[in-house]
Amino acid sequence: MPTKVPVSAWVNETPVTFACEPRQSLLEVLRDELSLTGTKLACDGGNCGACTVLLDGLPVNSCLVLAVEIEGKRVTTIEGIAPADGLHILQQKFLEHTALQCGICTPGFIVSAKALLDHYPNPTEQQVRHWLAGNLCRCTGYDKIVRAVLDAAASLRGVQSGRSAVKEP
Amino acid sequence: MPVVWIPSLLRSLTGGQEKVSVSGETVGQVIEALEQRYPGLRARLFQGDRLRPDLSLVVDGDMSVRGLLQVVKEDSEVRFIPAIRGGS
Amino acid sequence: MSDPKHSLVNDPKHSSADNQGGLFHVIGTRPIRPGDTTKVTGQAIYGIDVNLPDMLYGAVLRSPHAHARILSIDTRQAQALEGVRAVITAADLPDLSAKISAEGEWGAELRYQNDNILARDKVLYYGHAVAAVSATNPHIAAEALKSIRVAYEVLPPVLDVQRAMAAQAPILHLDLRTDELGLRGDRPTNVASHMQTLQGDPQRGFEQAAIIVEREFHTSAVHQGYLEPHNATALWAANGEITIWCSTQGSFSARDSTAEVLNIPAARIRVLPQEVGGGFGGKNRIYLEPVAALLSRKSGHKPVKLVMSHPEVLAASGPASASWIRVKMGVDRDGKITAAAVNLAYAAGAFPGSTVGVAMGTILGHYRIANLQIDGYDVVTNTPWSASYRALGATNAAFTSESVVDELCEKLGMDPIEFRLLNGVRTGDPRSNGQPFARIGFMETLETARQHPHYTTPLSGPYQGRGVAAGYWGNAGGRSSATASINPDGSVNLVTGSVDITGTRMTLAMQLAETLGITAEDVQASVGDTAMIAFADGSWGSRTTFSTGWAVYELGQNLIHLMCQRAAEHFQVPAEQVRFDDGIFTVGEQKLAFKELAAQLNAHVPLMASATVNPGGAGPAFGVHIVDVEVDPETGQVKVLRYTTVQDVGKAIHPAYVEGQMQGGVAQGIGWALNEEYIYDEAGRMLNASFLDYRIPTCADLPAIDAVIVEVPNPGHPYGVRGVGEMSIVPPPAALANAIHAATGLRLAVLPMSPARILEAYEANPIS
Repeated sequence: MPTKVPVSAWVNETPVTFACEPRQSLLEVLRDELSLTGTKLACDGGNCGACTVLLDGLPVNSCLVLAVEIEGKRVTTIEGIAPADGLHILQQKFLEHTALQCGICTPGFIVSAKALLDHYPNPTEQQVRHWLAGNLCRCTGYDKIVRAVLDAAASLRGVQSGRSAVKEP
Repeated sequence: MPVVWIPSLLRSLTGGQEKVSVSGETVGQVIEALEQRYPGLRARLFQGDRLRPDLSLVVDGDMSVRGLLQVVKEDSEVRFIPAIRGGS
Repeated sequence: MSDPKHSLVNDPKHSSADNQGGLFHVIGTRPIRPGDTTKVTGQAIYGIDVNLPDMLYGAVLRSPHAHARILSIDTRQAQALEGVRAVITAADLPDLSAKISAEGEWGAELRYQNDNILARDKVLYYGHAVAAVSATNPHIAAEALKSIRVAYEVLPPVLDVQRAMAAQAPILHLDLRTDELGLRGDRPTNVASHMQTLQGDPQRGFEQAAIIVEREFHTSAVHQGYLEPHNATALWAANGEITIWCSTQGSFSARDSTAEVLNIPAARIRVLPQEVGGGFGGKNRIYLEPVAALLSRKSGHKPVKLVMSHPEVLAASGPASASWIRVKMGVDRDGKITAAAVNLAYAAGAFPGSTVGVAMGTILGHYRIANLQIDGYDVVTNTPWSASYRALGATNAAFTSESVVDELCEKLGMDPIEFRLLNGVRTGDPRSNGQPFARIGFMETLETARQHPHYTTPLSGPYQGRGVAAGYWGNAGGRSSATASINPDGSVNLVTGSVDITGTRMTLAMQLAETLGITAEDVQASVGDTAMIAFADGSWGSRTTFSTGWAVYELGQNLIHLMCQRAAEHFQVPAEQVRFDDGIFTVGEQKLAFKELAAQLNAHVPLMASATVNPGGAGPAFGVHIVDVEVDPETGQVKVLRYTTVQDVGKAIHPAYVEGQMQGGVAQGIGWALNEEYIYDEAGRMLNASFLDYRIPTCADLPAIDAVIVEVPNPGHPYGVRGVGEMSIVPPPAALANAIHAATGLRLAVLPMSPARILEAYEANPIS
């Protein structure tokens, strides 16, 4: 059995140290060693984006990153997106726009979209569609996801979107 | 008498007849009467002693799950149509 | 990329479906589903997320050949590896031969199910499961597979329908004979059955036609493409009880199929359905559940988790059938259809049971045709056992019939919506089962499409074209169960037997809230496991909001009845002085809202109610799609510029979910039309078993999708529900084919209409 290697990093702003086999992906360690199952296992081959996390602020497919590579780095997973007292505005807008059905792709989309808005606070629809092209969704046809991201961007900029579509209960 | 619509693949047994009137108070009796007139027809509709699971029984436009026990009226129409199976 | 001019045209706020303070209080509103919150935070638990103490990991050895006889399997070396706990093969499955032979030729179905779980004598497709192991971690399990020695005698494969039907084709099942409604063929064949529909006199109908179009089509197999791979975690406890956590569309069908394969009573198995990361029909059948259970037992009764890789999902589960279809239609000078004749051959894959029967019922189900013959053939091939996929069998069928209709319109010089208004079915027309259509909305759907700005806006450039296609889907009823218990504060816990794959917990909670006169937030809806709730069919056939909605409505009525009885006793009022109207209980002089009365009664004797149903009255759905494309003649690339889907959904319970269903089906239909296909080499090895090479649409490939809801309530449901989910995938390939024709003059008779196919078509028909 391969020898385990100790790795120290920050995950969701918390310092963590774990031992892993060199062949283990970041995805596997997040899910199976650190119990962070919000990062979803789907294609396990870098094709679908369901396992997207931020590595030093940039989105990566965690299935394509070896866990040993995160030594000394900062990882943000879906569990680290929301503020302590509620939901991130992207999470709120995904709910308001019904931008999910089965939801398996949703954590990956929200993490990717957060990176987009961190870099481009005022994206066009085309920018959103290009940036999110690495995240597959089979349920929604993307329409409501794109709306949710544009609306979240507007909210973050403090603009009244005029498209708060949800009828309040 | 109840009218039975004969599935096209069985019309070779009924001499090409599309609709046949036979007496009976249940679908079971109707099929017995059909068998009397057109020997061999029953076997084509049955699996063992029941209707084939890939056929749906439709009486007067309504799908029936009662099979051979389904009651028919004097003016009923009985059809056997391919069952739409639940997508497994 | 979408054309910005047409971006985000459909603001959901202005959808016609929203309840404008009319009949309903809850139905037609857009509350947020509480359960969705855990999906956006990553806290929702899917089958892949199940982790149990002391859990082992399994892996499945799959056939590298499409067709081979298994001569021997040697597992000794794998068994001896450090960390390996158990190895199983088909020899570990219970011997069902007595049961199978007792059921005669019908016992074959049981054998097919078992042989698909683990191959016994022959492997019938690339990826067919042969053996499985459990180990202390997934890497050891995967390595152990390499130590299993399987000796094969490789046989020639037959991969497509047309070749499988040919006289000299290799035979998959030597005992298979063609069934023609009880008449068995006399020689080995790959044609499992021939079915037929015959109405009127097609020959005479064609004689009356002024124009006849006859075309032949081929469509590829496509996968449902859910992102969460098949998985099952099973614990076979030492006392003989089995618990299974899995990703399934039907917890009861998963339980009962597993019970059949393992030959044990169903009640000994408890299936705990987890959140499902997509199904679309592909998670109705079991693949892993009995394997995980057997591994658990053989591993000293430890839990075992099995997860397919995506290459396994693509190569060994699903797909929807490939097909070979011929359509002939005739019209008179006025454009009225005089006759149609259709031949459909569907690839069932390794075992009989394609969706061809459903395709026969839907391919022309939306037209009035007095003289009609449809022949359907179910054909086995050395490809994975086909499964249902959203509107099972109808999409590729509609591609062919709606392409032929478009050509007829062209020859007639007739507007395609006009043609469908002339020939489309209306309320009262007879269906193929003799029953007249109850209130249907095809005409309203067509009129709405005709008046939509998309249909009247001119195209703006060369190589652009607009296509229209219609679709028909019957929707389904089926068995459903629901139970509600009332809490001390008057809030309600609703449990149903229907797995929620699309948001049905919300649409069911809303129907119960409407029935009881409370808010959607007062009802917490959950999916029951098989030990908690009565049997329900799986979530297929667009049936859950309809059928389980019926169960919820009935349980609501039962609960109101019970509360009226109890209120009479509690307040010492004669029963006739207690009634419930519009959300308010009148008890003698008192007026009480549901929650008030429920809290008071519950303090004495707890309240609960249940209902199980199998309703008739499913309402057929009709859709009309309009699409604009631009074709690049250099590359063959088809760009979708604008898409509008118009559909009669009956009453929309939660309009945002309805729009999502309509948009999602369109996206899948666009993938089917333009990209998706199974590619095999000559030996039958799948060459594109990953989402890199089997390319489903990304958001950069699609425009905004305008979902226009038409509401013609279904008279067969208390709230007018028809069922929504499947209809929307039916028209897209046909609409796109017709748009490509409008843009280029080319008629493609093949799916997918990939760039290579478009270029081939250009070469065959150079444009002037």
